[in-house]
Amino acid sequence: MASHSADVKLLGAKFSPFVLRILFALNLKSIKYELIEQDLRSKSELLLKSNPVHKKVPVLIHGDLPVCESLVILQYIDEAWTHGPQILPSDPYDRALARFWASYVDEKWFPSVRGIMMSDGEDQKKNIEEAIEGAALMEESFLALSNGRKFFAGERIGFLDIVIGCCLPWMDVISRICGVKLIDEIKTPNLCKWAQEFTSDPAVTEHMPDVDELMEYAKYIIALYKPTATN
Amino acid sequence: MSSLKLLGTRRSPFVVRVQIALDVKGIKYEFHEENLSAKSELLLKSNPVFKKVPVLIHGDHPISESLVILQYIDEAFSAGHQILPSNPYDRAIARFWASYIDEKLFPSLRGILRSEGEERKNKIEESIEGAALLDNAFVSISKGKKFFGGETIGFLDIAAGSFLAFIEAIGIVYGEKLIDEVKTPHLFKWVHDFRSDLAVKVNLPATEEIVEVLISISKASAQN
Repeated sequence: MASHSADVKLLGAKFSPFVLRILFALNLKSIKYELIEQDLRSKSELLLKSNPVHKKVPVLIHGDLPVCESLVILQYIDEAWTHGPQILPSDPYDRALARFWASYVDEKWFPSVRGIMMSDGEDQKKNIEEAIEGAALMEESFLALSNGRKFFAGERIGFLDIVIGCCLPWMDVISRICGVKLIDEIKTPNLCKWAQEFTSDPAVTEHMPDVDELMEYAKYIIALYKPTATN
Repeated sequence: MSSLKLLGTRRSPFVVRVQIALDVKGIKYEFHEENLSAKSELLLKSNPVFKKVPVLIHGDHPISESLVILQYIDEAFSAGHQILPSNPYDRAIARFWASYIDEKLFPSLRGILRSEGEERKNKIEESIEGAALLDNAFVSISKGKKFFGGETIGFLDIAAGSFLAFIEAIGIVYGEKLIDEVKTPHLFKWVHDFRSDLAVKVNLPATEEIVEVLISISKASAQN
């Protein structure tokens, strides 16, 4: 097992919300690391060797041990570095709720959010409907979990805040490009307030991408990957 | 101790995971068999988001999603045998592969049932590749011992092994064995050891039962 003091490398890619999760967590725990930017269209030997199964970022390499999948990495960071703020709650039931909602976000909500940007016509309508339902569900879940406090995790940011918060810049971009506002003052007032608190948190601010830069990047990947009606 | 109820169906591999885990930890619980075409009030109230089984209700706390439930059980009942490894890196590896099973391997297996012709061939191919990956991973994870979890079955054994009746039934109905001595030698041996565990013997449904289920699914889709 790698000791605390072993080197930490993060294989990342600019604008990846999943990589952003890890940057938040490393910051929260004050862990020193080396960020190695990957070119996802021309994957490095190191990436292919460290994540042969999925060939994706993020990958955390602790000493010479690679850890893949952002939710797995977040829990690994929490368990390997026990000093500093805990990312997951301490109570088993609260942990189960945090894991459940993280799983919902990754398997249902985020795919429809991304789908808004990458689809057209009927498909896009369906994605918009599902994403809006998801936002309403998360608004309810925020009320239940935060219990009147600033974040999902309480007074300080934690697992679920990080899991969802990484997508806020993308939701902003989707709002500008597609005209769909998922988090707004009227429909999801508590999430809206949470989003403001989250983006101002010191562990978060320095890593949030510049929205104009992200807009350019979004247009670029839409042009590259979105199936067009004329194909 | 607060009451423990498990809402499920005995044939679902996801429910079987929870049953095996509870038995491995020696935890008593009440099983409520659900009719998935007429879901109970309790199920709909306890898992309003997905309306699926398994749901574990501990006192008045419902927990959903089988892998979340397994970790909950391990953490809420921390005395005695631990299902997850103690070392953070081993835990990360166990979670990674359990996640792989749910996000990649299971959809391929399910895809075999839901498709036909060329599409089915592709799904079978994908499933065989997935099993081979898991077989390879077994070597480094088990560290020469009988199970992914070491000397006794653990989180990843349970996450994977709960699918065995389903996998073997697919082999019988579609004529393609996903786990065998040649393609997946380590998993082949592991299956034998896994099935010898008492908690598994009690909870894993008989392969013949699942064969019948798969045949009726095929007939139903042929008639449509």
